[in-house]
Amino acid sequence: MEKETTPGGKEKPPVDRELLLRVAANARLNLREEEIKKFLPQLQEILTAFGKLDELDVSAEKPSFQPLRLENVSRQDSAGKCLSQEDALRNTKHKKDGYFLGPKVV
Amino acid sequence: MRKTLSIKEFVSEVKKGNISVLEHTEQVLQQAEESNREHHHFNIIAKKEALKQAEEAEALIRTGRHKGKLLGLPVSVKDCICVKGIESRAGSKILSGYMPLFDATVIGKARAEGAIIIGKTAQDEFGFGTFSANVGVGFERPRNPLDPSRSCGGSSGGSAGFTALSSFAHASIAESTGGSIACPASFCGVVGLTPTYGRVSRYGLIDYANSLDKIGSIGKSVEDAALLLEVISGHDANDSTSLPEEALPLSSLRWESKFRVGVLRDFFEGCDDAVQKQCMRALDELEKHGAIVEEIELPLNAKYGIAAYYLISTAESSTNLARYCGMRYGLHERLEGNFNEYFSKVRSCGFGEEAKRRILLGTFARMAGFRDAYYLRAMKARTKLIGEFKRAFERFDLLANPTMPIAAPTFEEIGKLSPMQQYAMDLCTVPANLAGLPHASVPVGSGGKMPVGLMLTADHLQEEKLVKGALALEAVLK
Repeated sequence: MEKETTPGGKEKPPVDRELLLRVAANARLNLREEEIKKFLPQLQEILTAFGKLDELDVSAEKPSFQPLRLENVSRQDSAGKCLSQEDALRNTKHKKDGYFLGPKVV
Repeated sequence: MRKTLSIKEFVSEVKKGNISVLEHTEQVLQQAEESNREHHHFNIIAKKEALKQAEEAEALIRTGRHKGKLLGLPVSVKDCICVKGIESRAGSKILSGYMPLFDATVIGKARAEGAIIIGKTAQDEFGFGTFSANVGVGFERPRNPLDPSRSCGGSSGGSAGFTALSSFAHASIAESTGGSIACPASFCGVVGLTPTYGRVSRYGLIDYANSLDKIGSIGKSVEDAALLLEVISGHDANDSTSLPEEALPLSSLRWESKFRVGVLRDFFEGCDDAVQKQCMRALDELEKHGAIVEEIELPLNAKYGIAAYYLISTAESSTNLARYCGMRYGLHERLEGNFNEYFSKVRSCGFGEEAKRRILLGTFARMAGFRDAYYLRAMKARTKLIGEFKRAFERFDLLANPTMPIAAPTFEEIGKLSPMQQYAMDLCTVPANLAGLPHASVPVGSGGKMPVGLMLTADHLQEEKLVKGALALEAVLK
């Protein structure tokens, strides 16, 4: 894919194998070779099509993180019902002494 | 099995004692099990739990203490909505074995009105698809009841398919992110109602994209779908995005056609001729019955809707799906390697192909260096697209367009489409979803032998207008 620039002049780097593997590593996905070969041209096609958004002048717009205006909601800082420790652990196979058992950190 | 009754007729018969809830539920479960061998509308049929609910309902009916609006009604639920004690996987292998410890708010509301939850319906994995063809690893694709070689539509495919197939009163609790209620309703010839974003609580929904997800209803008629939506709507303190508005009496509304209807010209272009013809015929009928029907264009939504929607939805879904790592619930593997290796191993075998594609797209759109150019730009574009809708609603009560550009395709045809070509099929449904607007898909005829749906969209919180218009469409086409 050729390099593109946004209306602001900032360069968009090409989506290549190296970038795909970096994204996959960030997303904690091990891609098989055949997946890389399949996904790379597909993602290039999709992102080229989505590049159409660059035509749109959004310089005066605020982002709509929600479709409707939302009010902040807070509740009384008091204890409510929550899962028991036993229930919280009910859906895991990896537990020990009332805690989740995870993989090694280091 | 009896002739298909409306939900209100069914509930009335139950209350009079003319239908035994237990016997009826047994028959329904039998039909669901038999049809599932060919049609795969259910990921799970909750036989034991449904019979227990039916027994409890019968006991209450005997004492005359049950007044529910859905008393004894078999209701199916999209797999992405949590039902206590019933495996809930959102159609994904990565949630294998996940048994929710609580009911989603909508399930609690449906149960309180006497609904019998009969099972979890098939869907694209996490809602990632237009045809229910992107099911998770090890899942079956739901088949269109009118032609099993064709798609039910997606992503709430099982919900629409079983609603069309069932020969008894039935409705389904479905969910839409970018059109996942309207599309399958259109392909299966049933009615889909998607509410304003925030009208129905998302508590207990397995998220796809938080700022887009809406739980709604699928029914055999507008009245059925409206009744179920009425039951599940309303404010919920457990969902911080829930709107303060209380539920509306949608099921008691009468049809009304004296609306100003804006026909979205740019959404008709590119649609199959048969689809255009059926939709225009329906709008002509509406006009004959007093509606003012005029054309309007939404050029920004038509041109940029798909790109903005997919950038936002994949960005949000890639963060939501980060939680699935094989530790606290769902798919587990043998604990080995460091945490990065373990999480990557579980995720790589637990997610299907389209889920991986969307995670990659969304992660890319949010990464340092790309965020402003993709994600933030899409969010700003969304502001412009919502503004275009708001200006249209200054002139019109309802907007109309074909729900889908085609009637239900075969799985063979779907297999020939690239991912981008599949995304482009959502052109007509994505804009209203991006803007959080309530919309309905109503069957208006057929293209060949498969059904065609017309989509009506109303302004935020105008569900009453939407239901009146949908009832009018149904009435004038009878």
